[in-house]
Amino acid sequence: MPADAAVTDKLPHVSSSVRKYLGGSGGQAPRDRGGAAAARPRGFFANNPSVLIFIACLAVFTLAVTILSEGLGLGIISTSFVKTLGKTLCLCLVAIAMDLVWGYCGILSLGHFAFFGLGGYMIGMWLMYERTRLIVVDSLANAPLPPTPDEVRDGIATQIFGVVGASDFPAVWAFAHSLPIQLALVVIVPGLLALVFGWLAFRSRVTGVYLSILTQAMTLALALYLFQNDSGLRGNNGLSGLQNLPGLEAVPQALISVWFLWGSALALGLGYVLAAWVVSGKLGSVIRGIRDDEARVRFLGYPVEGFKLFIFTLTAVIAGIAGALYYPQAGIINPAEIAPIASIYLAVWVAIGGRGRIYGAVIGAAFVSLLSTWFTGGQAPDLPLGIYTVQWVDWWLVLLGLSFVLVTLFAPKGIGGLFDLVSHQRHPDRHGADLGPDMGSYREQEAQE
Amino acid sequence: MSTLLEVSGVSVSFDGFRAINNLSFSIGPTELRAIIGPNGAGKTTFMDIVTGKTKPDEGRVLWGDENASLLRMSESRIAQAGVGRKFQRPTVFEDQSVFDNLMMALKKPRNPFKVLVFRPTSEDEDRVVALAEEIGLAAHLSRKSGELSHGQKQWLEIGMLLAQEPRLLLVDEPAAGMTLAEREHTTEILKEAAKTRAVVVVEHDMEFVRRLDCKVTVLHEGSVLAEGSLDHVTKNKDVIDVYLGR
Repeated sequence: MPADAAVTDKLPHVSSSVRKYLGGSGGQAPRDRGGAAAARPRGFFANNPSVLIFIACLAVFTLAVTILSEGLGLGIISTSFVKTLGKTLCLCLVAIAMDLVWGYCGILSLGHFAFFGLGGYMIGMWLMYERTRLIVVDSLANAPLPPTPDEVRDGIATQIFGVVGASDFPAVWAFAHSLPIQLALVVIVPGLLALVFGWLAFRSRVTGVYLSILTQAMTLALALYLFQNDSGLRGNNGLSGLQNLPGLEAVPQALISVWFLWGSALALGLGYVLAAWVVSGKLGSVIRGIRDDEARVRFLGYPVEGFKLFIFTLTAVIAGIAGALYYPQAGIINPAEIAPIASIYLAVWVAIGGRGRIYGAVIGAAFVSLLSTWFTGGQAPDLPLGIYTVQWVDWWLVLLGLSFVLVTLFAPKGIGGLFDLVSHQRHPDRHGADLGPDMGSYREQEAQE
Repeated sequence: MSTLLEVSGVSVSFDGFRAINNLSFSIGPTELRAIIGPNGAGKTTFMDIVTGKTKPDEGRVLWGDENASLLRMSESRIAQAGVGRKFQRPTVFEDQSVFDNLMMALKKPRNPFKVLVFRPTSEDEDRVVALAEEIGLAAHLSRKSGELSHGQKQWLEIGMLLAQEPRLLLVDEPAAGMTLAEREHTTEILKEAAKTRAVVVVEHDMEFVRRLDCKVTVLHEGSVLAEGSLDHVTKNKDVIDVYLGR
């Protein structure tokens, strides 16, 4: 160990403890000694084994559902359950976004479902426009004169907006005829909203609970605006019939549901890799630094506001994409979807799954939302307590709230923390307190021996 | 002698209390300076002003050869310009390894997009290892810094400051909570650093200041009371009255 010897010779004051360690531990835990090379194995996947494991699990899951589905396989899983699973994958994706912004960067945003909903609205506009156009063109086909473009347009507008007593296209529908533009808007609209909102909030150094309240206000304001009939997005009716893809009427829903499952799985996989890549490098270090001590990061010379804005906007875009995949599977989107409570659920999922680790967010979202579907779908058996029968449809929220409190108090690492037990990773949490009087000794190892 | 930092006529009040009162102070590009003073003399506020955390009510803070005003810069711009600060309480990122802490501090582009695509080269890693050796943490690179002892955290923070390659180091009570051996090592690091840059040390501990063996500025009620060698200022009547004679 020439390198270590050189170190200890140069630093007589620490030499005793280091020598004791080197002599006493004899080859144990070489990772502690090799310096940078040992601390950093090369390669993204080598550094992040969880990514490959996750991709493998996701692939197996998707394949299994496909084989068991009605559309392409044995028909054991119903089409509606395939849709539920596909939607769950989208919720997992938005949970990853929440974990990035909250678990890594420390910004407790309670408004990310606004971006999710906006993504859904953007794709929903095209779906509804195009499908209505096909119906209108169909119905006018038998007219003695071929319809003019204006007639078709008016017909579509009357069909879509008759329910809110209007017959003209509002300005926000200007690009609804174009799939590429609406797909671009899925990314641009949530991203732009996050950019402007974040710039205003972070520049004023609004942090902590005040920022959370501000994001709640944002999503509430957006929901209330969309509830109005003259918002241009059909008020509380929302956009409906989104499960019917224009031009694919002949394809059964059983098959479409599998396609969307694949699309959602692909987006989730890519989102996972992207999130893991973002947090694996120095940017990950910096944003975790911002979470733990914002002022210190600033004095290191990093423009904290820029980093927060980057993460906030990136996660808004991810949320928008997740929403654009979710609502065609749900079939309908209305302003109630972006009510403040939805974003709070998102935080609950991430907290229960374990924030600060990407797979934790995925597990939390999948576990809690599927459980929620089971309980609120009336499938859970009632619990007779003699004098009172617990009906889970009513009591599920109580159970969820209780488990949220319990997880926060007793298992702050969430479900993801269980993986630390399996992999024998231990993070001694002594808040920097010394175990013994010897300042240079290896307290972590002492604690484990 | 040219000056690196020139603070002149700076005053700042908090709710009517004058924390800094017409303070003037300057330091050259390679100089070690100790600032002493009783509690409430304005030592920390002085550092807050230089690093941009607090904006003064009046006065000028000029920096470098171009005499740029630090008052118009944000904290992160000032840090990028070359002002490094060490806090009283060691503030390292406890959830991250010693290596990551040092790598984060290393002088590199600070723009979010550059940081996103940044991957350390082997020179960067060698530099981190060299720094870790300098601060006596070479054997602890992969440990979480939250596990380090108090003194080791202080060193890690000094190492992070050195990694930033600042032209001016502001060090707030570096010796607090250190053992005698650790203090000696800290003195060496600071003296070594002052050969290539300006170092300002705020300290309560007279013994530590004596060991630094440098020019001393005594602050009292927000302005400079005396300046000179430690022996010179400790003989000063005013200094004895307000600080030492009690």
